[in-house]
Amino acid sequence: MEHQPPPWSVSGSSQSPRSPSSQPYLHVSVIDPVKLGNGVQAYISYRVITKTNLPEYHGPEKIVIRRYSDFVWLHECLFEKYKGIFIPPLPEKNAVEKFRFTAEFIEMRRLALDIFLNRVASHHKLRQSEDLRTFLQVDEAVMERLRAHETGIFKKPVELMQIFKDVQSKVSNVVLGKEKPVEESNSEYEKLKHYVFELENHLAEAQKHAYRLVKRHRELGKSLSDFGKAMKLLGSCEGDSLGRAFSELGAKSDLVSVRLQKEAQQLLMNFEEPLKDYVLAVQSIKATIAERANAFRQHCELSETVKLKEINLEKLKLIHSDKMREAEDEYKEVKEASEKATRRYETMVRLMKEEIIQFQEHKTLDMGVAFHNFADGQARLANNMADGWRGLLAKLEA
Amino acid sequence: MMGAENKGHDYEEAHLFASKEEMESLVLHEHPFNSNSNGNGNFFSSYGSAMSSSLPDSHHPLSSSVATAILTDSDPLLSPPPYPELHGPSSHDNSYIEPPSYADVIFSPFHGEDINSLESPSLSSINSPMSFSRTSSSNSEYIRITVSNPQKEQETSNSIVPGGNTYFTYLITTRTNIPEFVATEFSVRRRFRDVVTLSDRLAESYRGFFIPPRPDKNVMESQMMQKQEFVEQRRLALEKYLRRLSEHPMIKKSDELKVFLQVQGKLPLPTSTDVASRMLDGAVKLPKQLLGESTVAPHEVVQPAKGGRDLLRLFKELKQSMVNDWSGSRPLVVEEDKEFLEKKEKMHDLEQQLSSSSQQAESLVKAQQDMGETMGELGLAFIKLTKFENEEAVFNSQRARVLDMKNFATAAVKASRFYRELNLHTVKHLDALHGHLGLMLAVHSAFTDRTSALLTVQTLLTELASLQSRSEKLEAASSKVFGGDKTRIRKMEELKETMRVTEDAKNVAIREYERIKENNRIELERLDKERHTDFLSMLKGFVANQVGYAEKIANVWGRVAEETSGYVKESI
Repeated sequence: MEHQPPPWSVSGSSQSPRSPSSQPYLHVSVIDPVKLGNGVQAYISYRVITKTNLPEYHGPEKIVIRRYSDFVWLHECLFEKYKGIFIPPLPEKNAVEKFRFTAEFIEMRRLALDIFLNRVASHHKLRQSEDLRTFLQVDEAVMERLRAHETGIFKKPVELMQIFKDVQSKVSNVVLGKEKPVEESNSEYEKLKHYVFELENHLAEAQKHAYRLVKRHRELGKSLSDFGKAMKLLGSCEGDSLGRAFSELGAKSDLVSVRLQKEAQQLLMNFEEPLKDYVLAVQSIKATIAERANAFRQHCELSETVKLKEINLEKLKLIHSDKMREAEDEYKEVKEASEKATRRYETMVRLMKEEIIQFQEHKTLDMGVAFHNFADGQARLANNMADGWRGLLAKLEA
Repeated sequence: MMGAENKGHDYEEAHLFASKEEMESLVLHEHPFNSNSNGNGNFFSSYGSAMSSSLPDSHHPLSSSVATAILTDSDPLLSPPPYPELHGPSSHDNSYIEPPSYADVIFSPFHGEDINSLESPSLSSINSPMSFSRTSSSNSEYIRITVSNPQKEQETSNSIVPGGNTYFTYLITTRTNIPEFVATEFSVRRRFRDVVTLSDRLAESYRGFFIPPRPDKNVMESQMMQKQEFVEQRRLALEKYLRRLSEHPMIKKSDELKVFLQVQGKLPLPTSTDVASRMLDGAVKLPKQLLGESTVAPHEVVQPAKGGRDLLRLFKELKQSMVNDWSGSRPLVVEEDKEFLEKKEKMHDLEQQLSSSSQQAESLVKAQQDMGETMGELGLAFIKLTKFENEEAVFNSQRARVLDMKNFATAAVKASRFYRELNLHTVKHLDALHGHLGLMLAVHSAFTDRTSALLTVQTLLTELASLQSRSEKLEAASSKVFGGDKTRIRKMEELKETMRVTEDAKNVAIREYERIKENNRIELERLDKERHTDFLSMLKGFVANQVGYAEKIANVWGRVAEETSGYVKESI
């Protein structure tokens, strides 16, 4: 199946406009959802197709089978390793049991996964991820092992150490009575944080109404159809021209009703989904903000620890203590960790600056497309309805 | 991002939307968003209150326009174009001041009511299309009744309850050019009890006619609602009822109605007595009736037995109806008119379909209303978002987005208004369904009149037959006794007298029955014709509205689609 660029996300297209084979390219797509398994264990699997000329990949084309939790694995890996970058959002995990296997839901999820993968593959940093390559190429058995190993509270050893260190410093802070939240005092960043949190609220509300609007279209379609049926029956009580008029009205109402149902579906896919995606993207930014706060705290604490160690070392030097060697080693270790933490933090700050610009630009495009599709859809619907009713009116006038 | 900045300039003019448009009062700051722009962009004009009514509350003096509409002989669907002042003074948004489309023409005359309070489309104060279509075709006579100004009054007579009984009176104003009325404009005050009286007297005088049913007494509900709500509901119901009465060709000229509408002070119509006192009166008379020879006076025969005081007659007719139903024998006179029986069936079917149509119409109206509301809420949410983004904008990409969002939000709010306007009109048109459903009650009554008149005839015939046989028996017996028994002779004479009276009564009853049959027939014809006219006009009106508003909505969104078309070309 030909890969088609995601309909409503410009930022989700990994297609490059020029495609002479000399240019490096990485095209991905998620297609062919298939229900597997039985009962409670049932799940959907997707085909993921990769077409590329990049040397890191095993060949020009690869097809693998993946399921939702594989995508979750990839997302978590990226989140861990690319701090500072707004990882593209995944479609939501929990779905109401009843709707988990409706055609509508399956298609919406497939689309969202396709967009996710495309965004990853077109991000200048994320596309280089080893985990991405793994995801796109390894066979299902390997994937299953990775998935089982990685998901959940199981963290890598390095991370484990970090957690202990965090706890340690936190405890000492409490003991020393200086338990104050360490936060950046950057007014521009403060503004950004406030903006992000507020934005989520506004978007969530808009999305809520968008979803309701979809429902309203369906309801209007249904009641128009029922009304048409009742009119037809009423017409059969009357005779001649009036009866015919009623029956024409009934027929027309049916047509309009069908059109309304179609529009409801369009609205869902082309407007409500993009809005939901927007909300999720903002939540991803919030997650990054949280990570940055962590990174900042570590950087601060380790810097403090370095200072303390330095002072301690100086003291020991003066008294020529035999503990000096040990202290020196410790000092070197902590200094290295601190420098690492500081670099990590500063990288995050730099990356976030770029990311925010990209984010805003992409969202303007995405929303522009969404608004266009909404308006276009509504205009078409209305014109359709006008034409339909107009035809009937001409008949009635006769 | 290409083109986003260029777009900004083009948007400047398009953004000077009518501030008169009623939207929520969110003041968006003026923001010289670009060093390139000339900062005069009054982009973010202040919006008035958004989600309230769809039409600004300009109170049009209805009567003049309605009068013109009715008095001209033309089809009301093509009456003069809309009021330009219906819409905001700003001429930037040209979609409002366009050549009259059907939607503009079929406007709802808001009769001084506050539109904001009309949350649910229960606009019975709006002149229904039923009267529009019918009166325009008649010889330009019109009558228009308004019920207003409910006032609380005290019961002046000695009431049992200390502190007095209070009740409400309503001002009933009539405007008419019908010569049978004394003036062209006059008012009276009436209470609900008077309306009940009017309705009862009409029922007596116009047996066999389809008399519009009066509003219910609603004792239970009056306890449940707030007094004000109840009074308002009753006022509306009374207005609707009186208007329907005034549309009926016979009743509008009736004495009862004339008296009701014109005579000041106490209503000079005989009041109906309640069931209890009637029964009491009847019970008092009964013994005498049983002992003596009872007859039904001919003049009483023109009214059904049920509502009267003559218990004996009631029993007799009851017995007769049971005989009709249960005994094998055919009564002496039956409903023979095949055409009528067919018609009755048809009416029954019609009623069922009307009922279900009426229900579906309600659902449709609700769905349209919801659509408008949600669209409006969506628009509002985006207006808030626009304001927010505008305040916090750091990047140009955001500012471009703000423009798009604002266009979108404005369009959504406009579309929402259109939906609500459409709905107001839809309600008005589909009201014909409810109206005719209501009339079915009147049809039932009229058919019942016929049935009870027939029953009276049958009873009298049976009675006559039994009197006849008694008389024959008496004659046979007396012929055996020689010399003539004085008592027997007297009895025979009494019997003969009774028979004569009963014969008269029978004749009157038969005449009455025939009269009612004829009334039924005339009314059925009239109703069919009126229903046809009303329904045709309803269909046309409904469809025309859909066309008109669909066009308007298409326009609004079409423009937004165009303005954002750049995005779609970009992403390909």
